[in-house]
Amino acid sequence: MTSLETAPANAGPDGTAPLLEVRDLHVEFKVRDSVTKAVNGVNYSVNAGETLAVLGESGSGKSVTAQAIMGILDSPPGRITKGQIFFQGQDILSLPENERRKLRGARMAMIFQDALSSLNPVLSVGFQLGEMFRAHQGLTRKEAKAKAIELMDRVRIPAARQRVNDYPHQFSGGMRQRIMIAMALALEPDLIIADEPTTALDVTVQAQVMDLLAELQREYNMGLILITHDLGVVADVADKIAVMYAGRIVETAPVHELYKRPAHPYTRGLLDSIPRLDQKGQELYAIKGLPPNLQQIPPGCAFNPRCAQARDICRTDVPALVPVTGEDGTELPGRASACHFWKETLRG
Amino acid sequence: MGRYVVRRLGQLVVVVLGATLILFACLFVLPGDPVGQIAGSDKARDPAVIEQLHKQYGLDKPLVVQYGTYVGKLVTGDLGTDYTQSRPVAEILEPKLVNTAKLAVFAIAIDIVIGVSVGVVAAMRRYSIWDVSATFVTTLAIGVPSIVLGMLMQRLFVVELGWFPLIADGSFKSMVLPAVTLAIIDAALVAQLARSTMLEVLRADYVKTAVAKGLSRRTILFRHILRNSVIPVVTYLGISFGTLLGGAIITETIFNWNGIGLALIQAIQQNNNPIIVGVVTISVAIFVLLNLVVDLLYAALDPRIRLS
Amino acid sequence: MTELVTGTGEPAPAPAATQPGAEPSVARVSQWADIRHRFFANKLAVVGLAIIVVLVLTALLAPVLAPYDPLKQDLTATLQAPGGKHLLGTDALGRDQLSRLIYGSRIAVVVGLASILVALTIGIVLGALAGYFGRWVDTVIMRAADIFFAFPLLIGSIVIILLMGRGVLPVVLSLGIFQWATFARLLRSQILSVREMDFVHAARALGAGRSRIIRKHILPNSVTSVLVYGTSNVGIAIVAEASLSYLGVGVDPEVAEWGNMISAGRGFMGVKDFMWTYPSLAIVITALGFILLGNGLRDALDPKLR
Repeated sequence: MTSLETAPANAGPDGTAPLLEVRDLHVEFKVRDSVTKAVNGVNYSVNAGETLAVLGESGSGKSVTAQAIMGILDSPPGRITKGQIFFQGQDILSLPENERRKLRGARMAMIFQDALSSLNPVLSVGFQLGEMFRAHQGLTRKEAKAKAIELMDRVRIPAARQRVNDYPHQFSGGMRQRIMIAMALALEPDLIIADEPTTALDVTVQAQVMDLLAELQREYNMGLILITHDLGVVADVADKIAVMYAGRIVETAPVHELYKRPAHPYTRGLLDSIPRLDQKGQELYAIKGLPPNLQQIPPGCAFNPRCAQARDICRTDVPALVPVTGEDGTELPGRASACHFWKETLRG
Repeated sequence: MGRYVVRRLGQLVVVVLGATLILFACLFVLPGDPVGQIAGSDKARDPAVIEQLHKQYGLDKPLVVQYGTYVGKLVTGDLGTDYTQSRPVAEILEPKLVNTAKLAVFAIAIDIVIGVSVGVVAAMRRYSIWDVSATFVTTLAIGVPSIVLGMLMQRLFVVELGWFPLIADGSFKSMVLPAVTLAIIDAALVAQLARSTMLEVLRADYVKTAVAKGLSRRTILFRHILRNSVIPVVTYLGISFGTLLGGAIITETIFNWNGIGLALIQAIQQNNNPIIVGVVTISVAIFVLLNLVVDLLYAALDPRIRLS
Repeated sequence: MTELVTGTGEPAPAPAATQPGAEPSVARVSQWADIRHRFFANKLAVVGLAIIVVLVLTALLAPVLAPYDPLKQDLTATLQAPGGKHLLGTDALGRDQLSRLIYGSRIAVVVGLASILVALTIGIVLGALAGYFGRWVDTVIMRAADIFFAFPLLIGSIVIILLMGRGVLPVVLSLGIFQWATFARLLRSQILSVREMDFVHAARALGAGRSRIIRKHILPNSVTSVLVYGTSNVGIAIVAEASLSYLGVGVDPEVAEWGNMISAGRGFMGVKDFMWTYPSLAIVITALGFILLGNGLRDALDPKLR
């Protein structure tokens, strides 16, 4: 089990507390008599202006963690059973719902994967953008609309003034995602969580949307949590990466180190399954087996049934997330792995 | 929007023409010679009288001509002349239609208030005792047809308790029982529909977005959830209103409510074909019109329909 | 109620292994087993099924079960209260009420099933033609459906019965004629959505012929929900039939039939209530049986709906 002591210490550059810190978070979904353990002790942190990429397959708990941070878990059946979430030094899980609500949208905002289904089909985009200002700043409908047009300009939607009264289905996928981004940025929050923001888009549009997001993040010096299963997206924009598997973080590392030298077999498997131009004609690598059933997570390391290096200890003992050291025994900054044999993995 | 309305109106014309064709066929194939009816049984069956009556009712012309005349008259609101009183059918049915409309409006009001609120509460408190009882009661209510419900209501509130008059006199008091009888099944169906659409909407991604935006519970409920849940309910209520306006035959018969449904049953007993056809025509016309209204309302509520 | 038994959970981020019914034509056998399992796990659905089984058995065994001839009048024993020789009493002509109630189930079953069969046959044939051929075939059939749909069920049926005269056959035909449009519309929209599903595209890409695609892929996957809808409509047809008879435009008045019995008891309300309460109860139980069965089938077929 990951403990606080071994969690990567992630103080901000000036030594103050990070913008967001998740400590030992556990989330369960209870449906009738079955319990799905979606998040099983996650620790991570993000500083202002920093981008953390959370990587994992569907069902790894990356989205659920994000929803727990935002306070938008489906509850019931979802429930935070353990852990803390600090936002700007404040434990937000202990806040009353009303205080929590004031944070949402204003100080932390979320961008969802599928903009079409995430926008209300019967309200105009201008109205939905303007709602941010009306709810949090008490602006009138007219003022809010003016702000909405400004925002649409900001995310470079052509002819914003003419399109402000249009409905979501009248926009293209890329434009819709820009509207989602505009909505998240509306009140210039300190933290943005983007849950697979480009997965539903065409490849060409993906890059544009990602660039826009990165640009705006720099401009406002926001913390960004980028949830994705796409290693390609991560490489360009992230500062550090947390890899999740079966509701746990299995490896954290600065982005380029992780690409160069993964310290967990799962991460290595992910990297090996990226198609590469220089290996054309070779069969593509795939991690064997299926993601774990979260109602029956295997004992020991959850990844052991799919791991080529698994030994006896992997089937009995849950590996802790421990700092990764270099050959000379010094800790590599920001690196940690939850593999009993991280050394072999790192060096092999 | 404009093109949509035009297309719907075009379809409406086809439906009305088809329905009138069926009705016209009925008018002339229906058993019971209207002329024999008016000529009476005791009066000498004078062929001259019969012929004169045939002429009077235009029964001597070819069928195609008769259909043309019939449709032409229909357009101007002329439903023909009734056999027993020799008065215009439209004139006879007009006050009855008003009575039926009163009942329908009352019943729909009950449907909206009770049906929607029960459905919303059940969905919001899913699996709670409220939800379970709502499902139980509405299922039961749907299983009790008007003939049974009307009889029970009359037995309990008229015969036993004497709260309401036995013979409806058109007063508000005499309207309560028939309206409630009409409303119960629909209210139950509305409640179930409202519940299931709302549960669907509650799961929608855009509701999650609304929460993530930090909107208040009230705003989320009224602006984002109810606004989207209401669309199928409005559709159902519109169609139901059309059916009620077309004459609640059973309820009107049980409570002697002087509407077009009761008029239909009485006309059947008297072989009064023009009234029968008149009621059916009105019923169909209203239903078709209401359907159009519902479509337009639907388009107004859901921009995806309006603009496609 | 039913939700407690068949409702699926919220979209917990569970692994995909527990989601059945995603590929309609791949694993048909196990899909049917799944449906059967979900249906029988739903206690209320089983109650509904039991009610209908009892109803059908009563109809089949009516001559054995009924203590008297339902039509035999006994003017020396009219309007007898329940008990004694006549368990449910006698009517104004001295006919045994229990026997009439038992024989009444025959009319209910025959009219209910036959009229829905008529409606389903017309509806499935026309709906399939419209959905598959589209273009003008679709337009013509759907406008015809609109026309029939414009008649409220009872009013439309009355028109047909006035043309044909009273009796079981006219009631069956009229209820069938004014219900096919709903089935046709439903089937058409099902076909339109199934036609666009990936497995149909896949079959086409693999070179399956047009008629094979209709028979093997589109129809089986579209017809199911129409059949389920038809099942729950049997109850509606039974109620409509009783209502017609109650209004004096259904089967002949002397026939042992529930609507007739209620109608005959109407004049004795408050005096001889047993005359209409028992047939009323029979109608309510029957209607509930079909509602529960229909709900159960619907939930078993598509657990997501609830």
